Amino acid sequence: MGQYPDSRGHFGPYGGKFVPETLMHPLEELEEAYLEARRDPGFQTELDRLLRDYSGRPTPLSRADRLSGQLGGARVYLKREDLNHTGAHKINNCLGQGLLAKRMGKERVIAETGAGQHGVATATVCALLDLECEVYMGEEDMRRQELNVFRMRLLGARVHGVSSGSQTLKDAINEAIRDWVTNVRSTYYLIGSVLSAHPYPMMVRDFQAVIGREAREQILEREGRLPHTLVACVGGGSNAIGLFHAFLEDETVAMVGVEAGGRGSNLGEHAARFSGGKPGILQGTYSYVLQDEDGQIANTHSISAGLDYASVGPEHAFLRDQGRIRYTSATDEETLEALHLLSRTEGIVSALESAHAVAEVMRLAPRLREEDLLVVNLSGRGDKDVQTVAAADSG
Amino acid sequence: MTRIGKMFDQARQQGRGAFIPYVTLGDPDLETSGRVVLELEAAGADLIELGVPFSDPLADGPVIQRATERALARGFTLEQGLALVADLRRRTQVPLLLFSYYNPLFAYGFERLAAAAKQRGIDGFLITDLSVEEADGPLQVLRGAGLDSVFLAAPTSTDERIRKIAAYSSGFIYAVSRTGVTGARKSLSDEVQSLIQKIRSQTSLPVAVGFGVSEPDHLRQVWSQAEGAVVGSAIVGCIERNLGQPDLAERVGGFARWLKGGC
Ligand SMILES: Cc1ncc(COP(=O)(O)O)c(C=O)c1O
Repeated sequence: MGQYPDSRGHFGPYGGKFVPETLMHPLEELEEAYLEARRDPGFQTELDRLLRDYSGRPTPLSRADRLSGQLGGARVYLKREDLNHTGAHKINNCLGQGLLAKRMGKERVIAETGAGQHGVATATVCALLDLECEVYMGEEDMRRQELNVFRMRLLGARVHGVSSGSQTLKDAINEAIRDWVTNVRSTYYLIGSVLSAHPYPMMVRDFQAVIGREAREQILEREGRLPHTLVACVGGGSNAIGLFHAFLEDETVAMVGVEAGGRGSNLGEHAARFSGGKPGILQGTYSYVLQDEDGQIANTHSISAGLDYASVGPEHAFLRDQGRIRYTSATDEETLEALHLLSRTEGIVSALESAHAVAEVMRLAPRLREEDLLVVNLSGRGDKDVQTVAAADSG
Repeated sequence: MTRIGKMFDQARQQGRGAFIPYVTLGDPDLETSGRVVLELEAAGADLIELGVPFSDPLADGPVIQRATERALARGFTLEQGLALVADLRRRTQVPLLLFSYYNPLFAYGFERLAAAAKQRGIDGFLITDLSVEEADGPLQVLRGAGLDSVFLAAPTSTDERIRKIAAYSSGFIYAVSRTGVTGARKSLSDEVQSLIQKIRSQTSLPVAVGFGVSEPDHLRQVWSQAEGAVVGSAIVGCIERNLGQPDLAERVGGFARWLKGGC
């Protein structure tokens, strides 16, 4: 498929750099520092050490026999990103960017967070690397992911509630960018997904690609063949591209990205950008965007804060148009059902985000043959969501 | 040459700096924002920036964010904004610069918008989140329509970037006085002087300074170094303080006279 993005950060027509001029040179500096670090074996060695000794990588690839038995059809494997330190894949990226921030001599790190997993991972890495940390989080998300707010504060981070807009991830990103544009000389913006202006989508993908490199090796070792299909949920798209990337050249491997279907198909009821959105420019990049006819960004809804966002990483938009990845969605209701099924069959309470991927597995596995292998990215654990699930079950 | 270039030529000949206020279209409602524009012209505005509200104004501080919310809450659409521009053009020849984020303009259809805007009497565009790197296509459209393209230069811009910004700009260059979002400030930053010098070394285009300019002293300070002073949040803040007043537009006009004249 060639090398993407191009030198200007474009994935086909998507991606690029759509930010105020004040941020343009800082983005150039960031790209230069990152490319230099990527070539530096010392940087890679240090990152590998932290991924191993601190986060616990490689994460296991668990064969989910009881789930497979219940569904019938394909044999399901779970890539256990939930077993990372801090409980989600987000730390892969935070360790990489945290080391980069240090290397660039920045003392202050800011981040946005939706589900709080990226905020927790950022606060964790900042504690470890002795960096000052401030996290922007929508007030609606602070309510529904309260546990993670406590965790961030325990870790020494300052959490700023954002009360504008729908008080979710998009609004947190706006506030983080406003902070960055003001304090750009001293501050490193540690973005949590494959979003925003170049080089972020490329860099975050590179740091998350460890998921797929491990999974590919693990499945070949265990089964001696490649999987039939990979499944992952798509918020910004970092856990999905992280799993998919190492398999993109394997033409026989199908891939499915699962967006948040929310509670209905009308604008405002979901976060399914590929079925309900159209190309546009939001927060630094050109990709699919949920918007009204006037180009005003639509509100979104999902039971999971981490998927509740109006746009999606530009590389996903490109791979979708290429037909390389299929995108679908799972509703709140299907997601809850999947979370319960996985809990009872495998003894794993997953994050609501990841349960969207499991919901697609429930639809897909029965349609495949027994010898087909299905790998699903279990991007995070569900402790943060227990109260939301309990409330949904009782109401 | 558009009305913008002619205005700067004339101001230069008269040996004075240009006064460039900003208003958000549709704030607090379409009709009132139109009256504010006319009052600003009467108060001596040399060029007026018309903001097209966008739901996610990430380069703006709280004052302009709230103006955006007021306009969108009333159901502002770009089509209405263009109709207002056509109406204003029948009453005034003051240069008008459309100011926004890229998405609402892109969603309208950029080529269709450029043609419509020119026809209704807009003189140029400034798109905050359109970097020169992404501007080749839009620039061609603007030039094809006979519109000026104004780009931002920032304190963080390198000489190389400023060279490109100058090549892509017509009408004037907008120098951002400091790193940060829009918003009134007590004093102007010292960064702006070196930025103006960097711009001068690359181009003879007029330079207007904005971000934080909010008091008569600031305007005089800016005019001693640059061809124009942009006042955004201070004007919008004046609109906000006078919400609900029947003579809101006249009060904004009075505020503009005070800013410009310092008395
Ligand atoms: C556990 C988990 N999975 C998935 C996501 C969605 O992000 P992405 O699509 O970047 O993987 C989040 C985001 O907060 C998350 O916490």
